[in-house]
Amino acid sequence: MLKKTYENIDSIGRAILTIQAKDVHNKELAEVIYPDGRKAFAQVIALNGSKVTLQLFAGGFGVSTNCKVRFLGNPVQVGFSDEMLGRVYAGNGQPIDGGPQLVSDMTRVAGPSINPVKRLIPKNMIRTGVPMIDVFNTLVRSQKIPIFARAGEPYNRLLANVATQTDADVIIIGGVGLKYDEYHYFKERIEEAGSKSKTIMFIHTHRDSIVEGLMVPDLALAVGERFALQGKNVFVLLSDMTQWSDYLRQVANAQDQIPANQGYPGDLYSQLASRYEKAADIDGAGSLTILGVTTMDDVTHPVPDNTGYITEGQFFMKDGYLELFGSLSRLKQQVNDKTRDDHRSIMNAMARLFSEAEERVKAQKFGSVKDEYSLRLLDYRKTFQKELMDPFRYLELEDALDLCWDILANHFKKEEVVLSSELVNMYWPENQKFKILKNSTNE
Amino acid sequence: MEKAKGKVVSVNESLVGAENTQGAIMNGEVAYIILEDGKRLKAEVIDVKPGKLVYLQVFEDTSWMKVGDIVEFTGLPLAVKLGPGILGTVTDGLQNPLYKLAEKEWFLERGMVVEPLDTNVKWHFTPQIKKGDVVSGSSILGTVPEKMFQHKIFVPFSVQGDYTVEHIVAEGDYTIKDTISTIKDSLGNTMDLTMAFDWPVKKPMPFHERSVPTETLPTGMRILDALFPIAYGGTACSPGPFGAGKTVLQHSIAKHSRADVVIIAACGERAGEAVEVFKDFPELIDPRTGKSLMDRTYIVGNTSSMPVAAREASVYMATAVGEYYRKQGLDVLILADSTSRWAQALRETSGRKEEIPGPEAFPMYISTLISAFYDRAGVEILPDGSKSSLSIIGTVSPAGGNFDEPVTQATLLSTGAFLGLSRELSDARKYPAIDRIDSNSKYSSLISDGEVRFLKDLLREGKTIASNLVLMGERGITNEAYTTYQKSELLDAVFLQQNSFQDVDGVTNPERLRLMFNMVKKIIDTSVHIETKEDIRSHFNFLRQAFIDWNYMKMDDSNFDNQKSKILNLVKQKAHVKENV
Repeated sequence: MLKKTYENIDSIGRAILTIQAKDVHNKELAEVIYPDGRKAFAQVIALNGSKVTLQLFAGGFGVSTNCKVRFLGNPVQVGFSDEMLGRVYAGNGQPIDGGPQLVSDMTRVAGPSINPVKRLIPKNMIRTGVPMIDVFNTLVRSQKIPIFARAGEPYNRLLANVATQTDADVIIIGGVGLKYDEYHYFKERIEEAGSKSKTIMFIHTHRDSIVEGLMVPDLALAVGERFALQGKNVFVLLSDMTQWSDYLRQVANAQDQIPANQGYPGDLYSQLASRYEKAADIDGAGSLTILGVTTMDDVTHPVPDNTGYITEGQFFMKDGYLELFGSLSRLKQQVNDKTRDDHRSIMNAMARLFSEAEERVKAQKFGSVKDEYSLRLLDYRKTFQKELMDPFRYLELEDALDLCWDILANHFKKEEVVLSSELVNMYWPENQKFKILKNSTNE
Repeated sequence: MEKAKGKVVSVNESLVGAENTQGAIMNGEVAYIILEDGKRLKAEVIDVKPGKLVYLQVFEDTSWMKVGDIVEFTGLPLAVKLGPGILGTVTDGLQNPLYKLAEKEWFLERGMVVEPLDTNVKWHFTPQIKKGDVVSGSSILGTVPEKMFQHKIFVPFSVQGDYTVEHIVAEGDYTIKDTISTIKDSLGNTMDLTMAFDWPVKKPMPFHERSVPTETLPTGMRILDALFPIAYGGTACSPGPFGAGKTVLQHSIAKHSRADVVIIAACGERAGEAVEVFKDFPELIDPRTGKSLMDRTYIVGNTSSMPVAAREASVYMATAVGEYYRKQGLDVLILADSTSRWAQALRETSGRKEEIPGPEAFPMYISTLISAFYDRAGVEILPDGSKSSLSIIGTVSPAGGNFDEPVTQATLLSTGAFLGLSRELSDARKYPAIDRIDSNSKYSSLISDGEVRFLKDLLREGKTIASNLVLMGERGITNEAYTTYQKSELLDAVFLQQNSFQDVDGVTNPERLRLMFNMVKKIIDTSVHIETKEDIRSHFNFLRQAFIDWNYMKMDDSNFDNQKSKILNLVKQKAHVKENV
């Protein structure tokens, strides 16, 4: 296809450029050619008569009116090959690990969603070894689920742990708005865990332009999807989608879009959904699981709020703990009836008692908690927190379930826990003979 | 009439501006934009502006569109194909059957077109009219069996005036493409009729005669059927923050409600949830009909990652199909999940058109559209005097879980029952997490009005005592108040809470609901005298345990009556104490 070059730039913004041009396609890739011959990518995002609006991958700083824009006649694509495993790329799709450019298939970015009838109902539990996940909010293959946490919580550590402790065939890390040391941390963790040869990283750090940051999830998911179509079980990690949404807000603002809530564009929900919905267990192929990070102060903020409506639950991290309330796995019901027969019941019983204890915590502040039962509930809550809520304690699911029984027996009478008599007879540790709890207290 | 033509002048995501170069344009008509590779993208005219400028919302991805691409207008509004073969299928928001699309491509590539209804299936048609009869719009030509119903074949509803039947086929097997009848008007113009016809989705189907919703629609959910009922032909909304259980609630209603036809409009929500329905339902047997649940179900899926403009279409598509099955004499229930996504789609388009925004940037006219949508529900009295109905339950996904936002507020004004979902309750695992105090319904319950008031009064009292407990502790309140509190907690735990994932407890039929209510009432009415709060708590713990065991037993279980007696004995034990004192 003939590649046309245009010179009449109308306007240059922080991330947006407009130019007069003809026969340009919506979403076409272009390159901005600087007077000294350097080049940077741009993408068409709107057309109006002969006015073409482009999004600048490298930002608008330094672009001059005597730059030229060449339309490349193809959409945004990303390379795809097995050789990419172990490599690190930037948000513009170029390698940044010093390794060679790869000649590979090009695959489309941000393609259409898979036909829902080609999706399987997710049925396979992913064992992570994290008790709060495995017991209370089981992760399921093809799930899309973010960690909700304040900036500064060790969410990236949990992300890396979960990815490397599971049996994923391919791990793709999409880093958006990472600090350099976070990028470094991911790299180190992956190498330590011996997972480098099955990992591809797409990294955007704070020194890169926001448009490249916006591209990262699309690149990561496009490549992940291709692996999944080959039958691989793929894990895509996206950290941090709040910054991604912020970039989206900046670009929308630069285009004079009418903001909806807190300056975010009205299509924030659709934009997030079209990324997260790439997660799928594909009939006749592999699967794609998305584990994200959404940093937040308040769950009603537009980004966590919209995310919560899209994803299949969330892990809520607070003060270094994985919280019971606020965390949710919508898919756990698909799998937790096939693990061990007490799994569902004990999960519910523990949560119900914890919620009762939570009420006492409020009451305690008024000095009104004096009765023996309430005090036991409060003790229970402390043990629960100490034994189970540490995101970095590794326990096999069965041990974690036994630990739950130990904790119950340590604090309650049989009739107080509202569990069926059948289960109590089978699992209740008699005479305070604990399987797990004692061991850990002795440590 | 000659079809209008135009060419693209601007592209901004799903909003495309076109210059009208030839012919007249109707607001709301369907147009196709032809890309350079020949793909035809379906679009709808949403605004006609000065200077021959037409705004189109495109139902598919607009990548690779160019200024100058040809636009072909059809002159027809967006329509749904109505006829036998809808039940049991899954389509996208434009009625493309998803299973047929999947035979072509794994991904939802744009520009793919499939017949909305299978044109190869032969339906066994039995005529009900004969040559020479006079017919008009919505007259019945005959019937074909569809799943468990006799599907009536109508003269298209849009046909005006009287026609004489020139020809009607004999009983036999026909496809929806075959002409089954020819009719002639007084001027001698003839019209060939098939078993299917088009209806514009945004136009409400006129009622033959409209009546009001009075009869309770049993859903199998105790908290609904007893406290916040839904009626045949009524409307309800369930707003709630994410994670409060909207989806589980919808799925449970889809499975267990006593409607003849259930239509699920998965509008802008997770694809996985629709998948659960259409992969699970074919396997599930509806105990009332003995047939697969899918046989009474139709799913319109425009999930969150599908093109936004088609979200609006999907809701109307579902509604028009619902109205059609109401014309069939059936009780239809639409579950629209979620109307907020539909409203957001309107907001996106409105923003691109640079309309002056209303609150939270929603368009000013959002409330009118929402009210008009719910008004399409209702009870219809058909020409033969029989009653049929269309009920709509819409979920609302308010930003931040805050009900004080335009979509929730407009919905509350338009619906008859409000099922407010609460994060507090779902955190406490009290499912269904429908707020016991703030929710309401204007429809009649399966239990009497007095009984409803009795329950609500106890719940309110329980809530007051609970807040006192927090402030003053157990010692700060009387044993009497503590007992009342325990009774209200028991009512919540054994009657209002229900385990959707347990086969028996997951659905309660009206007969069992009555039985359970009587038992709950018996417990509440029995005054207990126990000395210490610890013993009161323990008494109610045992009662709760026994009641929950009972809830998990089938009614024909040999232990069912034993368990009932066990509960009664527990109640009596402590009641005796009072007499002895």
